[in-house]
Amino acid sequence: MDTPAIMVTVIGLALAGFVLWYFFFSARQTANAVSSSSGVQEVAITVKGGYSPDVIEVERGKPVQLSFYRDEENSCSEELLMPDFSIRRDLPAFKTTLVELLPKEAGTFPFTCGMGMLRGSLVVK
Amino acid sequence: MEPATKTETLDIEGMTCASCASFVEKSLSRTPGVQRAMVNFATEKATVDYVPTQASPATLKEAVINAGYGVVERAPDTSAAERSAEIDRQKALAYQKLKRRFWVAVGLALLIMPLSMLMLWPAMMARVNMQWLNYALLLLTLPVLLYSGREFYVSAWNGFKHRAANMDTLIAVGTGAAFLYSLAATVVPGFFTSRGLMPEVYYDTTATIIALILLGKVLELRAKTQTSAAMRSLIGLQAKTARVVRPDGAEVDVPIEQVQLGDIVVVRPGEKVATDGLITEGTSALDEAMLTGESLPVQKQVGDPVFGATLNKTGSFRFRVTKVGADTMLSQIVKLVEDAQGSRAPIQRMADKVSAIFVPTVVVIAILTFVLWFDLAPAGTRLPLALVNFVAVLIIACPCALGLATPTAIMVSTGKGAEHGVLIRNAEALEKAYQVNTVLLDKTGTITKGEPSVTDFWTLPGQEAGQLLQVVAAVERQSEHPLAEAVVRHAEAQGAASLTATGFRAVEGKGAAATVSGQAVLIGNRRLLADETVSLSPALITQAEQLLGQAKTVLYIAVAGQAVGLIGVADTVRDTSAAAIKKLQALGIEVVMMTGDNAETAAQVAGQVGITRYFAEVLPADKAGKVKELQAEGRTVAMVGDGINDAPALAQADIGLAIGSGTDVAMEAAGITLMRSDLGGVVTAIELSRQTIRTIKQNLFFAFVYNTLGIPVAAGLLYPFFGILLSPMLAAGAMALSSVSVLTNSLRLRSFDNH
Repeated sequence: MDTPAIMVTVIGLALAGFVLWYFFFSARQTANAVSSSSGVQEVAITVKGGYSPDVIEVERGKPVQLSFYRDEENSCSEELLMPDFSIRRDLPAFKTTLVELLPKEAGTFPFTCGMGMLRGSLVVK
Repeated sequence: MEPATKTETLDIEGMTCASCASFVEKSLSRTPGVQRAMVNFATEKATVDYVPTQASPATLKEAVINAGYGVVERAPDTSAAERSAEIDRQKALAYQKLKRRFWVAVGLALLIMPLSMLMLWPAMMARVNMQWLNYALLLLTLPVLLYSGREFYVSAWNGFKHRAANMDTLIAVGTGAAFLYSLAATVVPGFFTSRGLMPEVYYDTTATIIALILLGKVLELRAKTQTSAAMRSLIGLQAKTARVVRPDGAEVDVPIEQVQLGDIVVVRPGEKVATDGLITEGTSALDEAMLTGESLPVQKQVGDPVFGATLNKTGSFRFRVTKVGADTMLSQIVKLVEDAQGSRAPIQRMADKVSAIFVPTVVVIAILTFVLWFDLAPAGTRLPLALVNFVAVLIIACPCALGLATPTAIMVSTGKGAEHGVLIRNAEALEKAYQVNTVLLDKTGTITKGEPSVTDFWTLPGQEAGQLLQVVAAVERQSEHPLAEAVVRHAEAQGAASLTATGFRAVEGKGAAATVSGQAVLIGNRRLLADETVSLSPALITQAEQLLGQAKTVLYIAVAGQAVGLIGVADTVRDTSAAAIKKLQALGIEVVMMTGDNAETAAQVAGQVGITRYFAEVLPADKAGKVKELQAEGRTVAMVGDGINDAPALAQADIGLAIGSGTDVAMEAAGITLMRSDLGGVVTAIELSRQTIRTIKQNLFFAFVYNTLGIPVAAGLLYPFFGILLSPMLAAGAMALSSVSVLTNSLRLRSFDNH
């Protein structure tokens, strides 16, 4: 092995390690729901290549209103899926789509785009 | 004449107390042209009737603002129809844009390809300045990258910021790497030549990949709109207007949103029923196929329910509105199908897990491919080989095929089910129905009609049967007993003329008596005749015992103190039951019947429809127990039933199918609801589930195999053995076709037809 080969190997392995850490193990943005006067837990989520915030904490037994604002035209994010709540919703670009649900049980429920690439989760406490 | 008024609903904002509401109301009432204004504090809505020539929504709004409050522009996405229209419009626009981007990429790629090939032609190469050619190619590639491919880079970057990686990440990194390498070779060729490398460019690769991926996307989008076609046509069934009868008798066409509970609506032949209600006047035949899948028109008369979106065929009628908006049958069906399409099939779990880690994993594999090629290939060619294989791995990997495999099939099939009157609650129900090997039928209301009908009309020799039927019907017409109704239906079906009965008298638990054409008539059970001291002839007794032996209910007829005839009544088997059961058996499913009736009746009905195993004398409370019994034998049981009594059994079964227009309770407990009230729906549901799951399995198999074979080949695994390398352009073609293949396979379900 010559010097460039060693360099490529070291950089390549470091890069692979970074990819794994960055996508699977690094910390995520968490948000708590804000309860409105009527007792509905409201959370605003921006959809742009992902969901921000992507971890949402809500309380059990109280209605939740998620407002998804899709800030892009990219087709990846055009559908929203929350399988545990039987929700499949089209998110029109540059519009806010309201999703209402009632979490009855505690747990972590994922929400994803139509193909499961973009991910977020609803943590019910 | 009073000018026509219009009604407007305003959403008022800023009202803090009930007195605010009355203030707004006053302010609106004083506005010129307003005839009536009503403000509801709780819902924050004002309903205003006004004369359109003197007032308008704008002046009404002004009045509210002058009073110190605001009017909220109503949210655009109120109804499913509006929402889907808006989304469709956006999707159409996106499709147009995508097509433009695709054609730009194709046009430029068609220029770039032949120009790049000049280099393969030594005679030509000698005459062309390589440097200039590379710059020309760069200029041609830039628009492909920045216009056609822009979305990939933007989306990949946005995803990266969210620590999310998607398909665009792969394309962006792949084409980006090829482009940046080429850019360096164009701008600083000296850097390459000084290290003994040819300054090769990959503009053709970059442009072709983008063009092919866009082709895949165009095809994919076109196919995807078809997956929800059934759903869209369901939403499109909603009537836009209703012809409402105003208190003064005038018939006015009003938008469907303004129709209120209790309104009387007129429907003429050939028109669509606007919403759900009860007929108050007139009779007609209605085509309900769009909701129930029942192909024959249904006869309706006063008091019968009608449903929005069904088609009025023959007569004119009026109905009173009992349900509007989201409560109507159509809306509930739409909601149910929508929910089902959002649900996740257990079969998908594996694919979900894989797609969650797919893209970063592929990126890691690509990096390792680069490193290995760089380390192992001969020094002179190691960089271009490492690069080409790196790009090929990124491009060939297709997470889309995995992601699309299950949901597209579920979407097509739940929509298709609704078309046939089979409402599937969720994807799991579909999967369970696929596994079913035993169907347990509740006899009453599923195999049979669930209502008594006359099966025998027997008279003593010397009696004129037609005439006697007229007499009997005259008496029974006055009775409300279900058996009497069956007799009247029978008489009407026979076309018996109607006579008048006088002095009608119902005898509790025994029958009825009346006088027809001057003769005393008795109809009822044996006890009634015994009480009235009417004796029975031996022939009559023999006949009665024969009917009882067939598990029929017997009505005795006496005219002028003489027993003259018998009527046999039984719950009759539906015409379609035997055929449906045969079909189920042909599918390899054992059909078992259960009933509360005695063993004799059970055996008789079972024999009639070709069922060999049955449970008789099952109490309603034991129905769920029978389901358990079958499950204990290791069977996957589908329970078919109707009504509240069956709810526990429907819930206990692996999959519950609620038949008929279904009570709400049964719909809750059932995984599948059959709108049509015969067993044909069970066959449809099971056949549909089998085809769907088969399709899903094919899709998943294809997606897994494609990726597990494609990635190693792209990485160059075959090179040491066969010298085969996959060009990134071929990889792009394969990738474009893979997701389209999965979609096309799912769309094959659209041709599902069980007839």
